[in-house]
Amino acid sequence: MIPELGQFALSLALIAAVVQSVLPMLGAARGNALWMQSAQASALAQFVLIAFAFGALMRSYVVSDFTVENVVNNSHSLKPMLYKIAGTWGNHEGSLLLWVFILAGFGAAVAFYGRNIPMALKARTLSVQAWISVGFISFMLFTSNPFTRVFPPPLDGNDLNPLLQDVGLAIHPPLLYVGYVGFSIVFSFAVAALIEGRVDPAWARWVRPWTLAAWTSLTAGIGLGSWWAYYELGWGGWWFWDPVENVSFMPWLVGTALLHSAIVTEKRDTFKSWTILLAILTFSLSLLGTFIVRSGLLTSVHAFAVDPERGIYILGLLILSIGGSLALFAWRAPSMEGGGLFAPVSREAGLLINNLLLTTATATVLFGTLYPLFLEAITGDKISVGPPFFNAGFIPIMMPLLLVMGVGPFMSWKRADLQGVLSRLKVALAAAVVTSLIVWYVTTGGPVLAIIMMGIGVWVLVASVQEWGRRVKLFQDGAWARIRRQPRASHGMTLAHIGVALLVLGATGSSAWKEDLVAFADPGAKIDIAGFELTFESVERQRGPNYIADVATLSVTRDGEFVTTLYPERRFYPTAGSTTTESSIRQTLAGDLYASIAEPAAEGAKSDWLLRVLYEPLVNFLWIGTMFLVLGGSLSLTDRRLRVGAPRKSKSKAAPIGATPAE
Amino acid sequence: MKRLLFALPLVVAMIIGGFAIWGLSGGRDPSSLPSEFISKPVPQIDLAAIEGVERPGLSTADINDMDGIKLLNFFASWCGPCRAEHPNLTRLGQEEGVTLIGINYKDKPEAAAKWLEELGNPYVALGSDYSGRGGIELGISGVPETFIIDADGIIRHRFAGPVVGDGLRRFLEALDEVRQ
Repeated sequence: MIPELGQFALSLALIAAVVQSVLPMLGAARGNALWMQSAQASALAQFVLIAFAFGALMRSYVVSDFTVENVVNNSHSLKPMLYKIAGTWGNHEGSLLLWVFILAGFGAAVAFYGRNIPMALKARTLSVQAWISVGFISFMLFTSNPFTRVFPPPLDGNDLNPLLQDVGLAIHPPLLYVGYVGFSIVFSFAVAALIEGRVDPAWARWVRPWTLAAWTSLTAGIGLGSWWAYYELGWGGWWFWDPVENVSFMPWLVGTALLHSAIVTEKRDTFKSWTILLAILTFSLSLLGTFIVRSGLLTSVHAFAVDPERGIYILGLLILSIGGSLALFAWRAPSMEGGGLFAPVSREAGLLINNLLLTTATATVLFGTLYPLFLEAITGDKISVGPPFFNAGFIPIMMPLLLVMGVGPFMSWKRADLQGVLSRLKVALAAAVVTSLIVWYVTTGGPVLAIIMMGIGVWVLVASVQEWGRRVKLFQDGAWARIRRQPRASHGMTLAHIGVALLVLGATGSSAWKEDLVAFADPGAKIDIAGFELTFESVERQRGPNYIADVATLSVTRDGEFVTTLYPERRFYPTAGSTTTESSIRQTLAGDLYASIAEPAAEGAKSDWLLRVLYEPLVNFLWIGTMFLVLGGSLSLTDRRLRVGAPRKSKSKAAPIGATPAE
Repeated sequence: MKRLLFALPLVVAMIIGGFAIWGLSGGRDPSSLPSEFISKPVPQIDLAAIEGVERPGLSTADINDMDGIKLLNFFASWCGPCRAEHPNLTRLGQEEGVTLIGINYKDKPEAAAKWLEELGNPYVALGSDYSGRGGIELGISGVPETFIIDADGIIRHRFAGPVVGDGLRRFLEALDEVRQ
């Protein structure tokens, strides 16, 4: 009964979305306030209905209702409760339901919180948002119904992939989706502005908090996914340039560009059509991601079960939404420029460089991701593009970007004094050079690029901290008061920039100076790595809730002194018939000592076990850096200026004397 | 001119869309890997040895001269899954009575040599395919990929992805089929 109600709610939500996609838009065109205001009610209704449907599906998972085909295929009665719940979105249909749930959630949030947005703009935005809803809800109802029943019901389910039974992965899709789908509202704002034909600083101010919320969430989602790959897949890598990773990374890159260009639109009333374009592209790339993951267009280790019919439907939606919005852009945007002029050396120019580099980086990733498809269409060859391409294409674009990142926040709007800025950055420059030299000395000739990147990481770090210290006059009286008075968004910027610096250090350290050993071993064997000595003590068989585990004990010493004991596991899931690796990691800031154990080789092999031991220097800076990014984004979100609905202070009060307006 | 510039994103999007339409039509399925080489002899390849690795290079003639079943494995030092499947391939080479030969795909010789030194070198012969030409000849979609070649030098099976876990089971089934 409840699954039927869920499906019924979903159908009603489609109707609400259809109404919302037409009525407010017409109302805005004709100046009919009642029609415009209907968007509020329909957005809310749509959200409540989809929430009900989502709850209904989740309930089916929680009570293990094996009359629902989706539950049969993706759950099992013996599974821990957390993973039963996570099973709701761990499959194509359920994740799509989560997708539209979040979509409707953002629509409802704008309807509810966006009180200060002009009525016509709000009505149009919500209508555009509903167009997307109509597309995806109908897609679900026609091709991927999560509530399909199965008769006769089987006794038990077919389990979720045990590889996916992990806390990180359980919350990874929701976060990623809030990010992905969150950009939909920014897209809707952009399309609404194009229809209206007007973009002004106020528009940028309304759009920024939504961009920031989506970006923060996407950052957390990508970080979690990477963390999952690192410790669950058991290969010790955290980024593989796989198509599915790339499609989540591209919206992040363009979204980052959008965050920065929206500042210029807000403060200086320029970069308008560019900001609009970025808003459209960010969501377009999110849609492209959804399409690639679900259509089977490209091969990937992460893909959902693929179905060409679904692919065609999503492609149709993509052509309508992306093609339509870009056509609208080509038609309306040329008449929108204007606004403040700026000198070649100014904060605007710095942000322009930031934008150009970020979009170039995105284009590189996009090209590399789609190149196998292009090539296959033209020559018929099937190839894959590996990390060498992306590293060669991506890193050279990041280097100037990071250099500019150190300088940018020091520059003033309109016209900056480059010499003055550079003289203030002497300390950062010295720190960077010294770091490079130390790294070069200590590692006795690692890759040159890595040595330079370590320097660049320190450059960004010191420059960001220095800029913050100068802004709040850290070493003078009343610093604390100044810190409190500064807009939170400006502290957010510093945190996020520090986050990027830490990411650079972590990424460089863990890829350039990683040590890696694989050994056939029996209990009693000793392994040396990165100054540690590991002794393979024993292996024991243990029983988990729905798996059987072989747990190895490895004691670790350094210079004869006990350091820690590692317990890597190999788990076998009888119902799914598959095994997973649970690595054991000793985490320190200096680096991770990482051990995993592989299934026993068959009789006659040299040894009974295969041990893999890794040392990844600085790898934790990746996660710490991600946390700084998320923290920075969240702090900026609480900024009074960005809080939707908060009364605006007048400009003279908001900027304390002597402080640079900072983002 | 300015208008043209503003239409550029649309044009690019439409071109990508066109490729996507092509990609979805005509029953193309990138995850199924039909190989036109199944039941055919190994295409002409002639790859030099990897510099710094003490194994002969690999050519079609070499493969045809080898007795019994051959496993031709494409791998690269930059490929995580290759590392994962390496011990299994090593074991197959030692215990299953098959000849393991390898092609090092788009990889620097130094990196490959270091990788093999670290993990062990179970391959009887190894070709260096830095240009990717050999990969194109055999129509691989990425690494790792492993071909099963029977005693007569005919390609019998193409396996994409790492030979680990469930993949190992499927690979062994395919190998048994070729043996019969």
